[in-house]
Amino acid sequence: MMLGGDPWDFVDYIRDNQETFYELLRQHLELVGLSVLLGILIALPLAILANRLQALAKPLNWLANIGQTIPNLAVLGLALPYLGIGFRPALFALTILAILPIFLNTYVGIREADRAVVDAAHGMGTSSSQLLLLVELPLASPVIYAGIRTAIIQNIGLATLAAYIGAGGFGDWILQGLAMVSPPILFAGAVSVAVLAMLTEIILGRLRYLVIPAGLRIDSKR
Amino acid sequence: MRYLLENPGDVLELALEHIQLVGIAIVAATLIGVPLGIICTRVRWLEAPVLNLTGILYTVPSLALFAMLIPYTGLGSTTAIIALTVYSLLAITRNTVAGIDSVPPATLDAAQGMGMTGAQRLLFVELPLALPVMIAGIRIAVVASIGIGVIAVVIGAGGLGQLIFDGIQRLDADRIVAGAIAASVLALATDWLLRRLGELMRRDLRTAGGKG
Repeated sequence: MMLGGDPWDFVDYIRDNQETFYELLRQHLELVGLSVLLGILIALPLAILANRLQALAKPLNWLANIGQTIPNLAVLGLALPYLGIGFRPALFALTILAILPIFLNTYVGIREADRAVVDAAHGMGTSSSQLLLLVELPLASPVIYAGIRTAIIQNIGLATLAAYIGAGGFGDWILQGLAMVSPPILFAGAVSVAVLAMLTEIILGRLRYLVIPAGLRIDSKR
Repeated sequence: MRYLLENPGDVLELALEHIQLVGIAIVAATLIGVPLGIICTRVRWLEAPVLNLTGILYTVPSLALFAMLIPYTGLGSTTAIIALTVYSLLAITRNTVAGIDSVPPATLDAAQGMGMTGAQRLLFVELPLALPVMIAGIRIAVVASIGIGVIAVVIGAGGLGQLIFDGIQRLDADRIVAGAIAASVLALATDWLLRRLGELMRRDLRTAGGKG
């Protein structure tokens, strides 16, 4: 229906623009990697704190749950008037949106850690910090991992939208394709980011077994 | 907040457009996802590939899925509805399978002992008992679709994303906030409504069981 050629010519387009491809890939991965890393650094301590101080748990959970219903595009857009255009506002918005699933999963993961095991650890005289590091966090690790995985996949999608506020990434090609009514450019961006997301999901699914402590693995193998 | 208070009519109109997009997609996804889920519980080897495929499709960024559909279905709401349907399939299919699987074997044995055929068992025993879990799946799909539907504005499908998109282009935070609040309230309200519906059904099932 469109002008400008067959969408499947995108293969040639990527081959002819390899340098741009690698540049967009680098921008995309940088945004996702940094925002998820920052998200972990902020969300993990917050979730641990919320489990220790019940007064914090309610408001933080409430905030995280409401936060997840706020449209991603709005969070990106709101960073714009205050932080301007480019990488920084995008990183800011992506970090905030990465915090939400990681916080919620870590909080629930620690709270739902097997009480009997935690009680046994108490009975063995573990200190509070030992309990956290040696018992609660390992028990919660599959759920925490699931939260980080959600954040990574979510942010690969968000980094695509970040092109709208000038942060680069594969979204750039999608915007160009839309503006120039060129299906090959449109597809070059869309297929690249779709493959990136699917590959990441498959790899993260495989890596799951590395993160789950050996003692918990027997349960997960049905 | 000012924009929201000064232009409630405009916001309402966009909200209705949004509800229409999401509503059509959810109905379509339910019509595809529920039978697909039922088939998965009957033909067991299909379960893993079907759920894996819908799971993988779910990871494709929405802007990319929109973009890949444009050359075939054009700009506008049709493309948006197709994409939202694809995203909703995962939650609805997965929860249909989980719901039917959660029916106690004793109940199924009783149904068989009463001489029910396979179709009767599905319609009068398995699906009613699975309904709360299926509604939970629809709830997840609706809330996610309201969020993803916002992005559909970039392919000209309208909805509440229009406010946010206009706000970004005019650097007008007020419009962005108006769109964000409207979409968030819409998501929270439908979530609450569907949650109540699910609870009501669970209660219905319990009292019905008590009388029998």
